[in-house]
Parts: sequence; C-alpha cells; structure tokens
Amino acid sequence: MSIISRGFRGKRRDDSGRVPPGQYLVDDFPVLSAGPTPRVPLDRWEFAIDTEAEQTHRWSWEEFMALPAETPTVDIHCVTKWSKLDTTWEGVSLDVLFEDVETAAEYALVHSYGGYTTNLPLEDLLDGKAWIVHRFDGEELAPQHGGPARLIVPHLYFWKSAKWVRGIRLLNEDWPGFWETAGYHNYGDPWREQRYEGD
Amino acid sequence: MTEHLDGNALAGPLSEIFAVDVTSATGRCVSCGLAGPVASLRVYGPDPGLVARCPGCEEVVLRLVRGPGTAWLDLRGTVSLRVNLPE
Repeated sequence: MSIISRGFRGKRRDDSGRVPPGQYLVDDFPVLSAGPTPRVPLDRWEFAIDTEAEQTHRWSWEEFMALPAETPTVDIHCVTKWSKLDTTWEGVSLDVLFEDVETAAEYALVHSYGGYTTNLPLEDLLDGKAWIVHRFDGEELAPQHGGPARLIVPHLYFWKSAKWVRGIRLLNEDWPGFWETAGYHNYGDPWREQRYEGD
Repeated sequence: MTEHLDGNALAGPLSEIFAVDVTSATGRCVSCGLAGPVASLRVYGPDPGLVARCPGCEEVVLRLVRGPGTAWLDLRGTVSLRVNLPE
C-alpha cells in the first residue's frame, strides 16, 4: 500500500491552466443557497426581458423550449473556491433571446423566482458568453441547482449564474444585486480573483 | 430536508462584531412586522454568506458576509433590535 494517499478529502489542484488562482477542483456539484428552494410549475413559468424603454419581451415555457437550443460544455468557478471542469448543459443562448430586443442600456439586473438578483454589464451576457439552461449532465435541471431553468455565465464567478431565473431588467445605471450589496465584488472575474468589494 | 439552520448559528459570527449576544436580542421584520428573538430566524449558508430569514414571511432580515479582514453586515430587513442590557 502506498504511504501517500491520493488526496483523501484533500483539495485537488490542476496544472491545465484552466483553474483560476485560489481555486481547487471538485467532482461533485456543491449546493449553496441563500433561501428556500423555489418550486416553479412549468405552466406558470415565464422568462421576461424588460428594456430601459419599458418594453417587455416574454416567453412561456412552451415558447422557450421551441427556441433553438445549444449544448455548451464549460468550466465553472464558485467564489467559495471550488471549480468544476467540463460541465455540460443544454439551453438557449442569450443571443437568441436578445435577437429582437432593442436597447441602448449598458447594464443588466438578473432576477429570479424567490427574489434573488445579480447584476452584470449587458455585454457579458452576449456574443456566446451566456445561456438560460434547463438541462445539466443529460438530465432535467434539478430544483437545487436552479431548475426549471437557470442562467449560466461561466466566465464570471458562479453567483452571477442566477438559479431559478425569471427575467432580466436592462438599465442605464448599474444596480448591484443580492451578493453585490453584501460585500461581494461588483463584477466577479475569477481570473482576477475579484471575490470581494475592493479586490 | 431542512435547508436552513436556526438563528443560533449567528451567535459565533456576530460575536466578532458585537459585544452583546445579538441572538438573544428581539428583532422586528421590515416586511411583515413579526418580532422575535434573532435566534428564531431561519439561517441559510454559511457560504457565500449567512442569510437570516423571517420565520413568518421568509424575507431577508439580516445578512453577514465574512471576507479576509472584513465583515459586511446588512440589517436593512430589520426594523429594530431590542437588546436587554444591565441597568
């Protein structure tokens, strides 16, 4: 028997260059929650984009599922320091949802069933950088991971990838969200370790 | 499955900030007006931060984020805290 155990409860490092500074790899999928898990029946689910000119674009579940789907494989990085490589999702690119949206707004405030919010520049949602997903790892997205549908914005810390997403409000001024008003960084780039306000 | 802890989970983290035991103070919820001991709140977390919700309406009453060398305490969901002190 080897005297060197292979990282029993240890933190797995990676030299592929895909893991941002200060992060360690996990194989499981930790669940972090800031409140009770919302249960949203599909016949009452909707997703809406509200523009700064007070125009609303709305999709029922049926309409959302009829949109062209993509199957992104991405690495995700949680601000609590775990990273997970090659996660596989299925959903709709924000580019598709924004196709008919006319806006000059620079900021987006994402809001969720259950009241969660998170903010980011609109450009971080576009050009193949973000999706509304409804399947993970070949299965329907479980409620504890944000099902029926969540946002994923893999290039930012995962608190920006709002679970139970309900809509996006476009704004001319930045409006900090749930964690961004409680000490976490306004932008949250894992490669620059923007964890807390002031980082 | 119980997703949350009770408000006693706030005792240690809040003792870093306050000289009194805040979990025995009486807080009033901004959203529904329910008053009760901080220890009776429903606490989610601890990561990315502690989120204490009202047992009556589930709105956020208190949030506490602990970073390296800094803590952020948000009490906007709390009308007031009644703290018993020696005379």
